[in-house]
Amino acid sequence: MNPYLAGMGLGLVLLLAFVLMGRGLGASGAFSTIVAVIVDAVAPAHAQANEFYLGYLENGYGSPFKSFLMFEVIGVLVGGFISGALAGRVKRTVERGPRMSAKGRIGLAILGGTMMGFGAKLAGGCTSGQGLSGGAVLGLGSWTFMIMVFVGGYAGAYFLRREWR
Amino acid sequence: MIAPFYKYGLFGDEVSLILAAVIGVGFGFFLERAGFGSSRKLAAQFYFTDMAVFKVMFSAIVTAMLGLFYLSWAGLVDISMVYVSPTYLLPQLIGGLVLGLGFIVGGYCPGTSVVGISTGRLDAVAFGGGVFSGIFVYGELYPWLADFVKSTSMGRVTLDSWLGVDVGMVVFAVVIMAVLGFWGATTVERKLARREAEA
Repeated sequence: MNPYLAGMGLGLVLLLAFVLMGRGLGASGAFSTIVAVIVDAVAPAHAQANEFYLGYLENGYGSPFKSFLMFEVIGVLVGGFISGALAGRVKRTVERGPRMSAKGRIGLAILGGTMMGFGAKLAGGCTSGQGLSGGAVLGLGSWTFMIMVFVGGYAGAYFLRREWR
Repeated sequence: MIAPFYKYGLFGDEVSLILAAVIGVGFGFFLERAGFGSSRKLAAQFYFTDMAVFKVMFSAIVTAMLGLFYLSWAGLVDISMVYVSPTYLLPQLIGGLVLGLGFIVGGYCPGTSVVGISTGRLDAVAFGGGVFSGIFVYGELYPWLADFVKSTSMGRVTLDSWLGVDVGMVVFAVVIMAVLGFWGATTVERKLARREAEA
């Protein structure tokens, strides 16, 4: 799809979230809920003593899974699959550049994901929550965050060209 | 009747979760339509060969921003009830940098990895596993990170209030910057495509 059209579609979904719910979209928060629930299941006393985990365990809905972001992310899985299936883009594959091994790519994906999870929690959100949603409501911290995401990406690009190019 | 409807009690928690799933379906659909189930497409942004990340992100921001601006101007949305994530300047600066580096190393962000997973990308599955571990590391280090994460706190501050100008001015400037950015991005893409065709 034309990137501007896809962007407008995303923007309208985001606007719908603002109008209906008074909040934007997100993604990393759902990952955090799952981490908090697992830590709580394995070591309840440890999780309950940690303000970060506790914030996701006691979210005011009565159950950690009953959260806006958990339901939204389940929707993202479904919506992504519908679009991919309609376009014939659902394929079991490892995306990588022509000079990159699949194993190496998987290793870098794990490493990058770890950095991303850590960075998103430092910043209080990821590209969806801070970038898109915070950007649209003109949050100062969100715009600072967004500029730094692009700075980080471009700063690393030269060193990782074998992975992608 | 004035929006945001949830905050004004038009519906309760149960309905809000159903709406969350519906909103998510739309979010996932358009992310996949944009081609963001593919890490190669996302990473291409940082090699200037395909600037779709910038184009999609900023057309989405401009669309939602203009929508909110006009709806609030018409008195249909109470903007003070719309959540603006609070500013913690330094943590957001450092967090954004770490996240940006993670983006080029891993090829996805949390939201796009979900779309990658649902369309069969195994690198997206690995990336998602990484996100879990990164959040776990953060959680375990939280007692030592808490002071930093709460530092340089500025509360709910938007670009217009920070600059001391009317919100309309900022909205206008963002639109102009986005249009110039789109033009610049397309120009760079074309130049690189020509250079690669010659090589």
